[in-house]
Amino acid sequence: MIAALVLSAAPLRAETPAVPRIAPAASEFTLDNGLSVVVVPDRRAPVVTQMVWYRVGSADDPVGKSGIAHFLEHLMFKGTKTHPAGVFSAEVAEIGGNENAFTTDDATVYHQTVPKEQLGLVMGFEADRMANLVLDDAAVLPERDVILEERRMRVDSDPAAQLGEAVDAALYQRHPYGTPVIGWAHEMAELSREDAITFYDRAYTPNNAILVVAGDVDEEEVRVLAEATYGKVARRAAPAPRDRAKEPEPVAARAVTLSDPRVAQPSLQRRYLVPSYASATGREAEALDVLADILGGGTESRLYRKLVRGAAIATSAGVWYSGSQLDYGSFGLSASPRGATTLDTLAAAIDGVIADLRDRGITEDELARAKRRTRAGAIYAQDSSRGLANYLGTALLTGESLAKAQDYPARIEAVTAEDVRAAAEKYLDLKRSVTGYLLPAPAAKPI
Amino acid sequence: MTAMFRSAAVRLAQHSLAVAAAAGFALFACAAQATTVERVVSPKGIEAWLVEEQAVPLVAMNFAFRGGAAQDPPEKPGVANLLSGMLDEGAGDLPSEAFQARLDDLSVELSFSAGREAFFGTLRTLVETRDEAFSLLKRAITVPRFDDEPLARMKDAVTTGIRAASTDPDSLASQALAAAMFPGHPYGRPIEGTERTVAAITRDDLELFRRAAFARSNLRIVVVGAIDAKTLGPLLDATFGDLPENPFLRPVPDVKPADAGLVEVAFSTPQAVIRFAGNGLERHDPDFMPAFVANHILGGAGFSSRLYAEVREKRGLAYSVGTGLATFDHAAAFFGGTATRADRGDEALTLIETEIRRLASEGPTEAELDQAKHYLIGSFALRFDTSSRIASQLLAFSLDGLGIDYVEHRNDLVAAVTIEDVRRAARRVFEAGPAVVVRVGPKPS
Repeated sequence: MIAALVLSAAPLRAETPAVPRIAPAASEFTLDNGLSVVVVPDRRAPVVTQMVWYRVGSADDPVGKSGIAHFLEHLMFKGTKTHPAGVFSAEVAEIGGNENAFTTDDATVYHQTVPKEQLGLVMGFEADRMANLVLDDAAVLPERDVILEERRMRVDSDPAAQLGEAVDAALYQRHPYGTPVIGWAHEMAELSREDAITFYDRAYTPNNAILVVAGDVDEEEVRVLAEATYGKVARRAAPAPRDRAKEPEPVAARAVTLSDPRVAQPSLQRRYLVPSYASATGREAEALDVLADILGGGTESRLYRKLVRGAAIATSAGVWYSGSQLDYGSFGLSASPRGATTLDTLAAAIDGVIADLRDRGITEDELARAKRRTRAGAIYAQDSSRGLANYLGTALLTGESLAKAQDYPARIEAVTAEDVRAAAEKYLDLKRSVTGYLLPAPAAKPI
Repeated sequence: MTAMFRSAAVRLAQHSLAVAAAAGFALFACAAQATTVERVVSPKGIEAWLVEEQAVPLVAMNFAFRGGAAQDPPEKPGVANLLSGMLDEGAGDLPSEAFQARLDDLSVELSFSAGREAFFGTLRTLVETRDEAFSLLKRAITVPRFDDEPLARMKDAVTTGIRAASTDPDSLASQALAAAMFPGHPYGRPIEGTERTVAAITRDDLELFRRAAFARSNLRIVVVGAIDAKTLGPLLDATFGDLPENPFLRPVPDVKPADAGLVEVAFSTPQAVIRFAGNGLERHDPDFMPAFVANHILGGAGFSSRLYAEVREKRGLAYSVGTGLATFDHAAAFFGGTATRADRGDEALTLIETEIRRLASEGPTEAELDQAKHYLIGSFALRFDTSSRIASQLLAFSLDGLGIDYVEHRNDLVAAVTIEDVRRAARRVFEAGPAVVVRVGPKPS
């Protein structure tokens, strides 16, 4: 019996392809002041990207001050005691670098890509604005108009984006993920210099940040530069635990409808309340990743094969799992109806595909394909060191260890068909969801 | 189809947005100097530019046939675009579903797109699946099936996109700008076509376009990744060698942007979306590089342009503002745009026009010129960040008729630009101001 098992295991192992690791050459260390540092060497071109990830995002906005994390992100470009407004950006431009910043639910991130010999220079500037930001109303007030324009452009000019905000607001009954990252317009309009400085002093400190450096460098070079720059920044605060309000167990399927004369093409979107990588237990998050891929990732997915190709009632159908947040993940789907198909018909057909998956699970072939795509994706990912920096920063920011983040393909490899079916049964339950309907409306007769 | 990889947060807001994407034309783009570009000529005489990079086991190929949507039948815009959606929907003995499944089995990424003047293809494959990836590409471009089911499905998908764009302020502005700049010319037609023209496109239209435009003499190829010249040559022959030598392209007349003035598109939206354009300089004009530098100072990328300072930084009128240069085979333009709250649209537009004329009459300061040159020279190398981007940058140079050694001396061209050059070029491009201004938004009261 034992001999037979050994014999049967051998060919199986031989057939199992090598599972790649993501950014296998990455390493990490911590400075005395608490700043975490990750280095991702990539020698292909003489350039380097630094990203500073603060463990603070829009979900940490005080109640009534939505948008302050993102507003502060803009204001971080307004200068310090030693480097007045515009000096940092002018210096980045002078050396031919690119820079930007972004805010998510859980993080605020500043990044520059520069010729490798200029890494120390931009580290010095970034370390300086970690502690020495100076703001006055002459800089703050026009920038508040800028973020209001940003909101008008991204959200208010686009009914689908407005509907997305309404879906999130309904999905999260208690947790701040229900508030838009950019903020609600009426609260953004009241944000002040003092709000920004209070937020800054609370969260911008080396012990609340992760530095990711990717490119033509090694760990030792980064360590020397980091100690000479960020290492000189004293701890400014002891960040409080990020205890956000938890969601109650959802009991009712919810639907929101936006009818607008600006809509010429109806569509629907849906989100389910699910765990994230940081909040999941066991292999649930990995199983949700595989589930999203099999259900609606690309033209080989079930929704595409059954609704777009087969029944021909949709022109597109897609599913995603965003598991990179701290407290909850987002399992979403969207679809556009084809021809005279109504959104109700389309939603019923989607529910049929999901019910079948919940009842009967997935096939071994589907699982094998998803795993193969993940293995290939890990190799393709090596082509973009900025992409790797982004991936590792996100993972570490939500509490994952570097080794665990690198082993992502192996974790997907461990997922079983039963894991996926169980995740579908538990989480793809309409009670956990909000469905958003985007519909045209005659200008004169709103519904 | 696309390799699965964990995504970062989908909900985000950021400091700045790339202007090129917002403005509706591709900015003139640059590649980098550190790369060695090798000319590979296959046994059958097919040429490719190769950047061999063995560090990651993948191969990226970008290629283009000259002759894009401008080659659409005049009464049927949208043929090239629909063709780009149909080539991977079945070829040879593989119907749509089998073809797509095979790509997925191999984790090969294959896509096509129709530009104004070129039909683009991209292929990304791991080294271990390389030969079959190229073989699938060959079938897609030489024996596509154009079966009824995928054709109906793709037509409906394109139509859905057209309908959605018909109420999107940015799309409305870009289309109105193209139509006003180039009335009656192929450049003025929508690349996607209209609901009516897409409905009328047949299988024969697609096959006629393919036969007319897919040939060896109008083909440009760039390959980046883990492959050497000796291996690439025969692969080029196997993939593209059966195509005819020459295409049959319709002549496209030279054209200048029309003096159309202000075009108002009434649309109920909280912002005025503004796009403008005027005559530019063609790619081989000796003043092109000085004009490129002048444009950078006026409204180029980054946080240091005059428009960024005046419109955004000082007054908070907009999140995104910028300008760019566009070169076509038969036209040249400068263009730009912004989006601001509807009641301040006039103020923003006046400010932008003032800055355009001020640059034309006074030119930049020495300090501005210096900063711009430093940025443009230093940032050139940053265009190198992925195999796909290297390939697409080099392909753009190839299509512009710039030599294989352009990446090596491009920075010298920027360095050689003098203040007199920029003044002269700025006058030539910007003195007349925009010939067309499109404003999409609520009617000004």
